[in-house]
Amino acid sequence: MADKILDIRNLDITFKTTAGNVHAIRGVNVDLERGETVAIVGESGSGKSVVMKTAMGILAGNATINSGEIIFRYKEDDGSLQEVDILKKEKKWVRQNINGRKIAMIFQDPMTSLDPTMTIGNQLIEGMIMHLGISKEDARKRAIELLEEVGITDPEKRYKQYPHQLSGGMRQRVVIAIAISCYPDLLICDEPTTALDVTIQAKILDLIKTIQKEHGISVIYITHDLGVVAKVADYVNVMYAGRIVEVGNVEEIFYDPKHPYTWGLLSAMPDLDTDDDRLYTIPGSPPNLLHEVVGDAFAPRNQYALKADWKEQPPMFKVTDTHFAATWLLDERAPKIEMPQELKKRIERMKQTKG
Amino acid sequence: MAVDYNAEPLLRVEKLKQYFKNGSYVVKAVDDVSFEIYPGETYGLVGESGSGKTTIGRGIIRLYDPTGGRVLFRDMDISGKLDRYTNWELRTKMQMIFQDPMASLNPRKKIGDIIGEGLDIHHSYSSQEERREKINAILAKVGLAKEHYDRYPYQFSGGQRQRVGIARALIMNPDLIIADECISALDVSIQAQVVNLMKDIQEETGCAYLFIAHDLSMVKYISDRIGVLHLGRLLETGTTEEIFSNPLHPYTISLLSAIPSPNPRAERSRSAVSYDYATSGLDYNRGELHHVGGKHYVYGTDEEVAGWLAKEN
Repeated sequence: MADKILDIRNLDITFKTTAGNVHAIRGVNVDLERGETVAIVGESGSGKSVVMKTAMGILAGNATINSGEIIFRYKEDDGSLQEVDILKKEKKWVRQNINGRKIAMIFQDPMTSLDPTMTIGNQLIEGMIMHLGISKEDARKRAIELLEEVGITDPEKRYKQYPHQLSGGMRQRVVIAIAISCYPDLLICDEPTTALDVTIQAKILDLIKTIQKEHGISVIYITHDLGVVAKVADYVNVMYAGRIVEVGNVEEIFYDPKHPYTWGLLSAMPDLDTDDDRLYTIPGSPPNLLHEVVGDAFAPRNQYALKADWKEQPPMFKVTDTHFAATWLLDERAPKIEMPQELKKRIERMKQTKG
Repeated sequence: MAVDYNAEPLLRVEKLKQYFKNGSYVVKAVDDVSFEIYPGETYGLVGESGSGKTTIGRGIIRLYDPTGGRVLFRDMDISGKLDRYTNWELRTKMQMIFQDPMASLNPRKKIGDIIGEGLDIHHSYSSQEERREKINAILAKVGLAKEHYDRYPYQFSGGQRQRVGIARALIMNPDLIIADECISALDVSIQAQVVNLMKDIQEETGCAYLFIAHDLSMVKYISDRIGVLHLGRLLETGTTEEIFSNPLHPYTISLLSAIPSPNPRAERSRSAVSYDYATSGLDYNRGELHHVGGKHYVYGTDEEVAGWLAKEN
């Protein structure tokens, strides 16, 4: 492995709630190399946001980390490489040295992630003065450069305006400017375009891509939108009920998926090229993690479930060097089961369209 | 389901104008919009935020008094003041499904009572048993169980709550259901379930939908015809086929090019066509709807439309 920036191993988290203990994260592994983009895909409640919040050290108070480590390697200001286990560090240290400084986050809704009572400018320079220790005047200069970089016209004027005076797309650009203001190594985007119109979505994703290239930042996308994943990701992690069920590069996940849940997700996407009258749906609903899951969590919704799926959790089977899936279907003793015919046809069709 | 376009339209919106005054500043949220919906049809209304699509939906269901124009329901003018009886009757014929299934359900009421509220108001039952029976039948229709009657909204997942929203609209046997972004807040796999459910119900009851959304790929799945809104104007309307295979207005073209596709190879080489009203040289205040064949209409001046048609051929 050349230059791993983030390495999450065996993360296991339980939340204490009034209804009982919710075992939300059940052994998650994620790795990310410098400069790459990884997407974590899953339904709401699958735990994708929790994993990233843990990496930022901003987990809710009722969470207990049972096991695991999050190794983060970042560049010190003098260029030397540092390695820390975020879970072993104090919250205060993480807040001062990692949050916003080395790992920055872009949230879903730009209206709630900006402070409505502060000008755009003040919100931009706040982090820079804190983390970089530069003077207010220098911070102001850099803030205006940043606004220009993220494509905001008339930055001097915008600098003095309040969030409510900007449109949704513009606000999200400001959030991106704040996120990159302290030269982070890693950028986490939590559903960055869900709250935006389609026409603006593409522009924001392009902007994040350009910035990533220019600054050599690694990016993690948390999303349930496979369209976004197809556009930006190098690698995809499919998450279900607190576990990663399939991981691979973007071509492997979209053109050669192995896990029945990934089949379902891909089939459920509306496809502009067919005239099918009905959309495919995954039957049932995700399991309640209040109760300990026995076997494969997806088994009750899986029409291809084997007997083994009800008894024992499948390990990650290797498909290629980059492609792994947790399903007993890949075991050598399992019967040969192929993906549904319709999905197969659709993938064939997708392979043929070359944009 | 085949829609009979020779039948009398169920709903006709004629030159609807909805202005909001803010001091001396007037916001023209909806300007001169006309379209019609036929019985059993699904009409998709798409546009970005601020284009006026929700305002139109609310105008139709009489939450606003229109500034100008008319809304006709079965040839009866329903804009402006109505007598008590017509109003009463109308409220059973038109129903709405809202965007956020959590915010639109009363958290202190049982699911059964939320669904049955319309029945209570309109005294549509003669005994408690009949009421219960009607509600249970609707619960079954939207894929919920009888046992759900006594539960509260917080005990349900997002998809289930939206089913309750649909059940509440359905129980009055409406002819028209206005669905305002009713799947936007749901996960992709749940969206598919709700859309399929809505299609099934249409097959069974023959109700018409006004489906308001910004997600074009879902709109394509459910709609018979589509209307494209921008800045309060209806820019283009036609059958789903006409709009997707032969978009004419530059805004429609830009909107269609922006749909993300779950296909990495296509997605990487895709470039969205950008459209900016300010620099497009178009003036929405000049022009009118031009008929360009079939059910396809496009908004613009004579020269503009001629130009777009020439480019197409």
